Amino acid sequence: MEEKHLHEDAVDVSPTRRKFYILAINGIMGVIGALLAIPAAIYLLFPPKARKGTQWVKTADLSTIPADKPTEISFQRTRADGWQLITEKATAWVVKQPNNEVVAFTPNCTHLGCAYHWDDSSHTFICPCHTSAFAIDGKVLGGPAPRPLDRCQVKVENGVLQIGPPEQHA
Amino acid sequence: MKPIRDVIDWLEHRTGLETAIRDFLYEDIPASSGWHQIIGSAAVFFFVIQVFTGGLLAFNFAATPGDSYNSVRYIMTELTGGRLIRGLHHWGASMMLIIVVLHMIQVFLYGAYKKPREATWMVGCVLLLVTLVFGLTGYLLPWDNRAYWGTVVTTQITGSAPVLGPYLVRLLGSEAGVSRVTFSRFYALHTILLPPLVIILIGIHIYLVRKHGVAPAVGDTAPRKKFFPEQVFKDTIGVAIAFIILFTLAVIADAPLGRLADPTDTAFTPRPEWYFLFLFQTIKFFKGPLEVLGAVVLPGVAVLTLFLVPFIDRGPMVRLGKRGLAFGVVILGALAWTGLTTAAVMTTPANPEENGLIATTDVETGVQAWQSLSPEELQGLALFRKEGCKGCHPGSGKQGVGPDLTKLPADHRTAAWLVPHFKEPSKIVPGSTMPPVQLSNSDLNALSSFVLKLTADNESSIMAAPDYVVQGALVYQSNHCNSCHMIAGVGQKLGPVLDGVGQRHDRAWLEQHFNDPQSTSKGTSMPPYKFSPADMDAICKYLLQLPKA
Repeated sequence: MEEKHLHEDAVDVSPTRRKFYILAINGIMGVIGALLAIPAAIYLLFPPKARKGTQWVKTADLSTIPADKPTEISFQRTRADGWQLITEKATAWVVKQPNNEVVAFTPNCTHLGCAYHWDDSSHTFICPCHTSAFAIDGKVLGGPAPRPLDRCQVKVENGVLQIGPPEQHA
Repeated sequence: MKPIRDVIDWLEHRTGLETAIRDFLYEDIPASSGWHQIIGSAAVFFFVIQVFTGGLLAFNFAATPGDSYNSVRYIMTELTGGRLIRGLHHWGASMMLIIVVLHMIQVFLYGAYKKPREATWMVGCVLLLVTLVFGLTGYLLPWDNRAYWGTVVTTQITGSAPVLGPYLVRLLGSEAGVSRVTFSRFYALHTILLPPLVIILIGIHIYLVRKHGVAPAVGDTAPRKKFFPEQVFKDTIGVAIAFIILFTLAVIADAPLGRLADPTDTAFTPRPEWYFLFLFQTIKFFKGPLEVLGAVVLPGVAVLTLFLVPFIDRGPMVRLGKRGLAFGVVILGALAWTGLTTAAVMTTPANPEENGLIATTDVETGVQAWQSLSPEELQGLALFRKEGCKGCHPGSGKQGVGPDLTKLPADHRTAAWLVPHFKEPSKIVPGSTMPPVQLSNSDLNALSSFVLKLTADNESSIMAAPDYVVQGALVYQSNHCNSCHMIAGVGQKLGPVLDGVGQRHDRAWLEQHFNDPQSTSKGTSMPPYKFSPADMDAICKYLLQLPKA
């Protein structure tokens, strides 16, 4: 066979034993490989067990937010970042409708996560990266953005606006 | 399977890979080869496991002291499979060392280091030393008390080496004790420098084995056989057995992770990893200026002797049965090692965090533990609840980010340690992620008095203290009742001691007394107290439940 370049004088085991050996080697190494690879994949891919950060953050008095004009509010929130619980500054674009209904958008464009801003003259949210544009209700008006602006949960208690975790989008 | 064959042929033509693998696998080995030679392969296999699991750990490891501890805890408690991966790495390290030593003993007994295989033996000796350095450097990385204090001892030993000592200590960045610099150097050695070094050394080692061929038994003239598949099969069985042991260990026994390293913890007894215990014990036999003998000279001579074995024992290879002296040396060495290790285990007291025995209780039967708390301690409990301390200190036996408060080391169980720690945790315990507790000094004192009261036995009862009691104690504290009254031995005796007051008076009497003390106790110096209905309710309920002193 192709083993012509090898030492021809050495004895080899019988074909059936040879078959058994190779099967056993591959089998055992396969099991060991799986016992290492499967836990490794779980370890790398499974999300960490949830640690509670801040759920609801009191932000601004609702009366201080102008109606029908998006306002960027900033607040402190606590969240788990790997092995640490960090407190960080976060922002949201808040829109108050005349009927006092409030919507809070997360501050990142749904395309590639750039920070967008409110453009008063065109009355749209504009992302500087790839010119995605969103209406005041978050709907996509143009550009590559794949979905409307993401929202945070909001609630109002005693006239104070509270911002919660981001809503899950499909 | 034509396409696969084509790819293989293409690769073979361009790289010669297939021939190289075949040459490696179809190497001729002596007919006398067999089960006794499977240990070397197992050592290589364990090195691969260490690289694999080590790489996985590094993906979630923070390479700074303090934070490293948090990240290891994160790996163990929050990542699925993290416990197993660290277990494999931890126990794999120990098993790798055992296997390397067994491999060495096998070669030694057979005299396989004799001419022309001296260099193979010496490269093997270097591999043994590098394996030990791996263990030493990896030991520090979790940055718990065990890691920290173990490394303090190791670096001190290094420093006692003649001439080179001070330079080595500087190289390890540990002139002023185990520092951040030490940590980074250990980390760099463990993860960046040593792994490629071992790969190169293993390469040289295997090259030399192949160059000289596997050592045949004396008088083995039978036709040679091939390495693959028979010997590879035997190696695989050996690897499988070792792996089953390792995997079982990793599943049933957690790799240790104690408390965050605390350079001020005087209660902790440093102890090195088990395979260094014999050295630890040897040092104890040499006192004063002679210590350097046990710490450096003796191990140095031992290592040198090990290196020179092929030059000391220069005769031709003989049958195993005639290697009486070699067997004697191995048995003597094993006995000495076992004796020293046992002595070290026997004479090193176990650490509190390992056996968890600090708790005592003086709670009398019939009285709840929380009933014996002083008003100040109850105020501390109120603050403990209000500040959400439980989030990180969920109680003994539960996994939390912070340490178990019932098992604080003795020197932390004082207000003098706790109060500054509350104010600036990371200043007192470097690397601590506990946020500063922003409270007044008197509140911090109350909090510390409460924490000091906690033991493993009374913890669950104290934590369950009803809210009305805690609120009542707060009213008591904020009105400074303790300047005249005493409860649980705390306060002044200008007025009556209030322990067991519920057995002398009822609710109506108490309310009347607070509103108009003169109406119930003529001539008393107690001023009237106008409590809100809620406060009145709380303090009355609190006072009425007070047990007799």
